[in-house]
Amino acid sequence: MSKNRELPEVNAGSMADIAFLLLIFFLVTTTIETDSGLNRMLPSTSEASTIKEKNLLRVSLNSNNELLVENELLDIKDLRTKTIAFLDNGGITKGKNHCDYCKGDRNITSSDSPQKAIVSLSNTRRANYGMYVAVQNELVGAYNDLRNREAKRLYNSTYTELMSLYNDSKQLNKEKIVLKEKIEIVRSLFPLKLSEAEINTK
Amino acid sequence: MLHLNRKNKSKLPEISTASLPDIVFILLFFFMTVTVMKNNRLLVENTLPNADEIEKLDKRDRVIEIIVGRPTKQYTSIVGVESKIQLNGKFAHVDEIGSYVLAEIAKMPEHLRSVAIISLKIDKTVNMGIVSDIKEELRKVNALKVNYTTFEGDAFNNLQ
Repeated sequence: MSKNRELPEVNAGSMADIAFLLLIFFLVTTTIETDSGLNRMLPSTSEASTIKEKNLLRVSLNSNNELLVENELLDIKDLRTKTIAFLDNGGITKGKNHCDYCKGDRNITSSDSPQKAIVSLSNTRRANYGMYVAVQNELVGAYNDLRNREAKRLYNSTYTELMSLYNDSKQLNKEKIVLKEKIEIVRSLFPLKLSEAEINTK
Repeated sequence: MLHLNRKNKSKLPEISTASLPDIVFILLFFFMTVTVMKNNRLLVENTLPNADEIEKLDKRDRVIEIIVGRPTKQYTSIVGVESKIQLNGKFAHVDEIGSYVLAEIAKMPEHLRSVAIISLKIDKTVNMGIVSDIKEELRKVNALKVNYTTFEGDAFNNLQ
């Protein structure tokens, strides 16, 4: 008799509660983390270039964590304006390398054009990483300020706005191509030439 | 009178909750697949510096992490107080970085290998010496795209 009897059904009423509990656990543990930072390209080992001294801005950190620009002490708060002045100089007044959008002093002893200007960053082993990142940040900031200015002049929106639009996942492919072109043009006006390699000067 | 009574008694039909478990299960599976349990226990102090001219590192599939900092208290008796490199949950020597990065790149699908980014998570109190050594190692294996991973904030706060 008892063998014929069916097993009682398992009550599934509490299933939702259990699932909810698990759901809440995963909700709490999930951290969709996005890191952010300064993107840089390291120089390749084969790279060895010779450039003119006036096209080079030497930025270095000594072991006392002090900032030296062209071998002179400088407060880090002034680094951005100093770099902008160097990049935006446009020393050549005639010819194909003439920089017609530069608003600098046109000093012949400083950089020829933004395409030629190179910022060289070096450091001693005792320098502090936090300081180093601050210097990198200011140098990238100088480039971004100039790019923002040019993007504003050409497309009436800043370079950072163009970049955030381009990185927006909701953006259509067609518009992305247009944005990419604009970004490339602005970048070519002030190419990021920030070197950490050994540079020879002639 | 009779009409009004009837109106009061008629209730709205109850909403069926029979499909609720299914909905919850779908949500549950979504979060289970999305969740990445952090297996990378930090062996070193890692307070990143601040910067504000930053770019987001949102494509996680092409990122290789290198963590540098002073060992945490429980490890100082074993490895000392000098800054150490942590690769994949283990202390490592500078010489191991090249082979580690190449191995990680080899694990990636082919179309991502050329765009691999090295995320350098370096404590802000670390000296530049060890950072230069790491960069030199990365140059040797031609992994040139790096990201100095930072917190968002005013860069001048790094100067103490």
